[in-house]
Amino acid sequence: MGELRIVTLLAWRNLWRNHRRTLIMLIAVTVGVWAMIFMTALMRGMIIDMVRDGVRVLPGHVQIHHPEFRDDPSVNNLIPASGAELNRRFADKGFEAWATRVKVPAVITSERESRGVTLLGIDPAAEAPISFVADDIVQGRFLEDDSDTGVIIGLKLADKLDTELGKRVVLMSQDQNNEIADRGFRVVGIFDSDPDGHEEAFVFAGRATIQKMLRIGDHVTEVVFLGDDYRDVEPLYEKVSGLAGADVEVRRWTELDTYLSTMLTVMDGFVFVWVIVIFLTLSFGLVNTLVMAVFERVREIGLMLALGMRPANILGQVVVESLLLLVIGLALGNFIAWMTIEPLKDGIDISAVAQGMEMMGASSILYPVLEMDDVVTANIVVLVLGFLASLSPAWRASRYQPVEAITKV
Amino acid sequence: MNIVLRLAWRNIWRQPRRTWLTTGAMVFSNSLLVFMISLQFGMYDLMINNTLRSFSGHLQVQAPGYKDDLKMRQSVPGIQVLAAMFREDDGSTKVAARGAAFALVSSEERSYGIQVFGVEPVFEPGVSNIPGLIKQGRFLGDLHAPEIVIGKVLARNLRAGLGDELTLLGSGRDGSFAAVIVSIVGIFDSGIPDMDRSIAEMPLGLFQETFAMGDAGHQLAIATPDLASVPAAVMAAEQLLPAGSGLVVHDWNALHPGLKQAIQADLTSAWFMYGMLVILVAFSVMNTQLMSVLERTREFGIAMSLGLTPGRLGRLVMLETGLMGCMGLLLGAFLGGLVTTWFTYNGFAYPGMDELAVNFNLPSRIFPSVTFGTLFAGPAVVFAGTLAAALYPALRLHWLQPVEAMRAA
Repeated sequence: MGELRIVTLLAWRNLWRNHRRTLIMLIAVTVGVWAMIFMTALMRGMIIDMVRDGVRVLPGHVQIHHPEFRDDPSVNNLIPASGAELNRRFADKGFEAWATRVKVPAVITSERESRGVTLLGIDPAAEAPISFVADDIVQGRFLEDDSDTGVIIGLKLADKLDTELGKRVVLMSQDQNNEIADRGFRVVGIFDSDPDGHEEAFVFAGRATIQKMLRIGDHVTEVVFLGDDYRDVEPLYEKVSGLAGADVEVRRWTELDTYLSTMLTVMDGFVFVWVIVIFLTLSFGLVNTLVMAVFERVREIGLMLALGMRPANILGQVVVESLLLLVIGLALGNFIAWMTIEPLKDGIDISAVAQGMEMMGASSILYPVLEMDDVVTANIVVLVLGFLASLSPAWRASRYQPVEAITKV
Repeated sequence: MNIVLRLAWRNIWRQPRRTWLTTGAMVFSNSLLVFMISLQFGMYDLMINNTLRSFSGHLQVQAPGYKDDLKMRQSVPGIQVLAAMFREDDGSTKVAARGAAFALVSSEERSYGIQVFGVEPVFEPGVSNIPGLIKQGRFLGDLHAPEIVIGKVLARNLRAGLGDELTLLGSGRDGSFAAVIVSIVGIFDSGIPDMDRSIAEMPLGLFQETFAMGDAGHQLAIATPDLASVPAAVMAAEQLLPAGSGLVVHDWNALHPGLKQAIQADLTSAWFMYGMLVILVAFSVMNTQLMSVLERTREFGIAMSLGLTPGRLGRLVMLETGLMGCMGLLLGAFLGGLVTTWFTYNGFAYPGMDELAVNFNLPSRIFPSVTFGTLFAGPAVVFAGTLAAALYPALRLHWLQPVEAMRAA
């Protein structure tokens, strides 16, 4: 142990012998680490936002449908069990939140225009914690209960239809016999969501009202469940599958929105690649510095070897020197990264490219998110690769023959 | 000049390992930059062209306000005559007249709300890919025939196939009830789910009759041979429009604001990353040159006392950096070009890419191509960065006192 102390002491002293060189390398490492962490925090924040939004729209972490519903999302593919039956199966079973809904394609017609939309018959009380609409109402009110005879539409849709709060619209869909099922509604609420696409695509009404309109009794087309962690849906999936019965299809959100779940995975890969690329660029400078440091001290190393220091300790000195440099750089880089991210916590406004972000499914305010996993990855990669990079010059240093080294010019 | 050059060259090879490590940093980052930049710009081009060629064309003539409101009554009068006029004027562009409406389409078993376009069967293939993507049956023929072409997903959702009849219900331009029965003559598969699910095309003549359009339409879509000719085409179009018609010309930026912005957002994050690489390489070079200058303090001291000016010494240091920079530039561009060309033949894909690609109209395998710009843009900036980095060590020489320097260790 005493040897380790000496080695470390010597390494520390060596580091500061040429303080200009060490300082430059230190700055480089700090900047590199900052870049690693800052960039990944930005990307991470964007993805988390996207996924949270996506999950709120689906909605839910796990969904249940009739086995053929996904292929043919029509009213003919209702969940076989009735609403009462579903209630019996899932109520009070300890789910964070769950709701049943009727989701069908429909056409909404105002006085002037018509549009194709997705009609959602919901139970507002159950739906509120799960999906996005309740929070995004900007005019009027949300639905009061599932027999509400009003309809909630998006701001963009109201615009396109040339209609407004309080006006009448007609919703037209089909029942199970392919007969037109329609009904007049009054617009009681208008929502504004981010991204805008949802405002044109979705129309909300009371579940019971829609069930009556479509003449489907107590049945629904989907059941949605919310767990507590969108990243780990397995426990929720297991629980739901256990209670769901054999006549339905249970799906995780990662299967329902493959774009988002792929983005999540790709982002993890990206973080890793980015950290490695930065480090490799730094490593050339790092190895150069170490090689130079060793080269300058050939005589001194030779003297130490001649006086009996074990080659392993020479190797140790160089390695520790490199590790000390990296640790300081990491500490500074982490700190500066945290310092630059904290003030940006309220989001960076990139509305200049808002519509481009819509294409990707992201919002126009970027919230950086410092995730421990990413920070740990960056630090570990730098330390491990730094250790490996320092082995070559360290090894060569320890192989010097004392007599040759001492007499080197 | 010759002798300074020879001196510089000899100087950098005094420490071969150091020179190779420094050049190595440059080669690594240059290769990376060449590859990434080639890939990036190749992707952007592809994204834009694919999106524009799929349906919208490079520019469109529309009634004012139509782009945002999409109202039936915002129409372009005498659209076919206008289209013919445009065709006569410039043979290199392709022009297609269209009408657009929302309608409820019903097959025997199902109904859906979709967008219906009335198109000119002869001219539509010049602007849009869809006619070429018909996988079953054929594209439209006669301008007034009761025919329709739908997407694969829509066909599946409607449970309809070739030869089946569909009913279209909507409202005409004057608010009247519009209805027509058509038979499916072709089914297209564009690979873009949104298009395959919600677009149908019918002959323009029939469209105009059904929706009470008279001789009007909604969009005059124009495709130019390449992106560069768009601004000129826009100006030509504006000249050609009948005076006082009030019609407007929108280029693809206005039609797809998200596209340019998505590219901008991507570019910005890319610049940040590239910038980081350049900075880190510059630090490496600064460190190397600083060390090499410091270890030659005595040599420089002697040279200066013999009459060499600090300016010329500085130029020597810059030249040394320049030589290493050139090596890094050429080797890096070469290596990067090699790697990228390999991908030009084999295509580039990473796991998860196909999911993401569909969202942006990209194929699931990209074939980057190397151009002069993409080959040298990155390495040139790195070269400039390294020269800038060498300024500090070079300028320090101004403060070198010859006598002190000669006494230095």
